[in-house]
Amino acid sequence: MMVELGRYAVPVLTAWGISAALIVGLIVQTLAAGARARRALEEVERRG
Amino acid sequence: MIALLMRDLRLATRAGGGFGLGLAFFLIVCTLVPFGVGPQGGTLALIAPGILWVGALLACLLSLDRIFALDWEDGSLDLLATAPLPLEGAVLVKAAAHWITTGLPLVAAAPVFGILLHLPGAAQPWLVAALALGTPALSMLGAFGAALTVGLRRGGLLMSLLVLPLYVPTLIFGAEAVRRGAAGGDGTTPLVLLAGITMAVLAAIPFAAAGALRVNLR
Amino acid sequence: MSIWEYANPVKFMRTSGAVLPWVAAAAAVSLPAGLLWGWLTPEDYKQGATVKIMFLHVPAAMMAINIWVMMLVASLIWLVRRHHVSALAARAAAPIGAVMTLVALVTGAVWGQPMWGTWWEWDPRLTSFLILFLFYLGYMALWGAVENPDSAADLTGVLCLVGSVFALLSRYAVNFWNQGLHQGASLSIAPGERMSAVYKYPLYLCMAGFFLLFLTLLLLRTRTEIRRRRTAALLAREVRA
Repeated sequence: MMVELGRYAVPVLTAWGISAALIVGLIVQTLAAGARARRALEEVERRG
Repeated sequence: MIALLMRDLRLATRAGGGFGLGLAFFLIVCTLVPFGVGPQGGTLALIAPGILWVGALLACLLSLDRIFALDWEDGSLDLLATAPLPLEGAVLVKAAAHWITTGLPLVAAAPVFGILLHLPGAAQPWLVAALALGTPALSMLGAFGAALTVGLRRGGLLMSLLVLPLYVPTLIFGAEAVRRGAAGGDGTTPLVLLAGITMAVLAAIPFAAAGALRVNLR
Repeated sequence: MSIWEYANPVKFMRTSGAVLPWVAAAAAVSLPAGLLWGWLTPEDYKQGATVKIMFLHVPAAMMAINIWVMMLVASLIWLVRRHHVSALAARAAAPIGAVMTLVALVTGAVWGQPMWGTWWEWDPRLTSFLILFLFYLGYMALWGAVENPDSAADLTGVLCLVGSVFALLSRYAVNFWNQGLHQGASLSIAPGERMSAVYKYPLYLCMAGFFLLFLTLLLLRTRTEIRRRRTAALLAREVRA
């Protein structure tokens, strides 16, 4: 699993780290917004 | 059409010096830049084409919200939309009025600002030609941005975000023509491309802007 | 059965709900697998370990452009045939595209540092991506600013059309402006600089993974948008009643 990155360890890890953070952030935001919208709709439908 | 143009021009000159403000802003930009980069003539001459073009862009941007906002508020935009003149034509006229009040003074005064920034004499005709060919596109694209955001209460900042990326090709070719002229070369190629963009913008954007206006008037 | 049936929100909700788990599962398998495979590839003789950045950079860049094209198509469908799902899908896609553009830009900068000796170079490809990012930002800002949802869909649709033309125009203008350091397309069909199979197949898998991830997120976000729209409509009805 541990791959020898040599002298390029920092850029490779930075690039992967930032990308992972961005993509995971997008996924989390999508799921959170989806859950919020679902709850809001259920709430309104229950009332209506 | 001509009546509309005259009306817009009259309004622009009456409502606080439409001609002067853009120029004054341009002058301030050209005064502040040397403070930022230092007074060395060599450096200034190198960046002068870029400064002049970016200054023109910003001066144009500042007055954009006036294109439709006033007519939107007092309802004359609704009248224009139902007038026999197609809305596309009205948009074109309004962009032309904007150009005459902001673009044309810049073109006329550009050589003076060029001297302020140590622009080489050989580049002066290129600067005037590039601005004359490029600024109509700036006004037209600006009218499109103003049409998109006309109904919004705080559309100014949003409009800059929408409009400025559209200015990229004009800026690139315009500044390139001046830079080539400054280097003593021939700026015809970027100038022709610049003119092509302006022509295409003038031909196509009125339809997009009128479409956006119709949506906002709905 | 015509494809336009999916323009019906109810039908879309049902179908997308059924498809979603499968697409999500495919993305959840292919993306980590592709990335892991890419991670384990040997070092390039010239670029060293930095080739590993490619497995993020290239698929993200590809998706950044393709998502904009997808938004353009969806906007056209909305403007011509007025299917609400289409407009909402375009809206749902924009943030994903923006993130992909950002990933491509950041990985490119981090990769450029050891390879070209600079974080940022005003190179045509980099610059056009920056401009593309600005277009994404403006598009999303306009969606957020207009209150009436149908007007917002119309205005952003028009903006997307005009923006596409200008994004393309900027691409060529920028080329004219500066010849760059960036290499040409990594996966060109032309002979010459072909990529070795060691890198090619994991890259293909990563691309598929990114695409499936986009599809999953797109379906999720479109469903969210439809729910939001429905909530707003129900609330408006309550107020009126």
